[in-house]
Amino acid sequence: MNTQQLIALMRRIAAKVEEEKAFLTELDNVIGDGDHGINLARGFGEVEKKLDTLADKEPGDVLKSVGMTLVSTVGGASGPLYGTGFMKLGAALKGKADIAVPDFLEGFQGAIEGIMQRGRSTKGEKTMLDAMIPAKQAIEDSWSGDHNAKAAFAAGVAAAKEGVEYTKTIAATKGRASYLGERSIGHQDPGATSFTMMLEIVGDAL
Amino acid sequence: MVGFVIVSHSGRLAEGVVDLARMMAADVPIAAAGGLEDGGFGTSFEKIQAAVERVYSEDGVIMLMDMGSAVMTAEMVIEAMEGKQIRMADCPIAEGAVTGTINASAGMSLEEILEELEQVGAQKKLS
Repeated sequence: MNTQQLIALMRRIAAKVEEEKAFLTELDNVIGDGDHGINLARGFGEVEKKLDTLADKEPGDVLKSVGMTLVSTVGGASGPLYGTGFMKLGAALKGKADIAVPDFLEGFQGAIEGIMQRGRSTKGEKTMLDAMIPAKQAIEDSWSGDHNAKAAFAAGVAAAKEGVEYTKTIAATKGRASYLGERSIGHQDPGATSFTMMLEIVGDAL
Repeated sequence: MVGFVIVSHSGRLAEGVVDLARMMAADVPIAAAGGLEDGGFGTSFEKIQAAVERVYSEDGVIMLMDMGSAVMTAEMVIEAMEGKQIRMADCPIAEGAVTGTINASAGMSLEEILEELEQVGAQKKLS
């Protein structure tokens, strides 16, 4: 995937976030502070404005700029978390004119570690990590089998969706939902949901 | 003198904590960084950075944060302003702001104040 394709992909992600703004906010209303969709849509709206100025940059720099824009404009926890994720992904792709699956996987791992560190969180706390970690593993496993990117991302999306379902079964121990404790059980995590939406757009683009 | 930044999701909460701290330590540089640019709830990287710049001196700045993105965004501001003496304190913001600014006013150093603030979260009010 080159810069032009990446920019087109980021536009589709921005459009999807805008489209699902109300749904994500509704999920967050139940167990959080009800701003996830609105905040992400504001951030990706700013990302979209910025994309035109990034056409001559390499993909890694585009992703870093996306991350920095999210940090500056989202206003909720998803800003520093997604922002750190995109910045780490971008940093791992430094110097590459095209994003290949192995490079993406390396960057994805860096993004997961960055998000864990930033959120002082780990798997099983009802967060976006519960979709991200299994998705990364599934993409890696599928890719190492037959080197088919489309199939690998389909496996990743399936694993992320399972991760979202899993978040319904556990109590939140991080983020605003942790104040609800056991009462958060039964509800899916908004961050895991928005991540899965984004990954689905990536899978569709391949 | 050590400066302070109050980071909150709420603009009014941050301003209120600043007012409360000024009652006993009017001479200490303290700035509020609450809410978003448009006045809505949330934490703003730019607001926090600007607040740190307003109160910064070589003696350093201590940030007190409410929760979640306030902590993470404050941390990212520290990373972006690399090389400056900016630290986060792990304590309740109202009690921490009062304790911290009184200590700063008395001439205590950044490290000494941070050590004091460590105790603030452990203090009981009803025993």
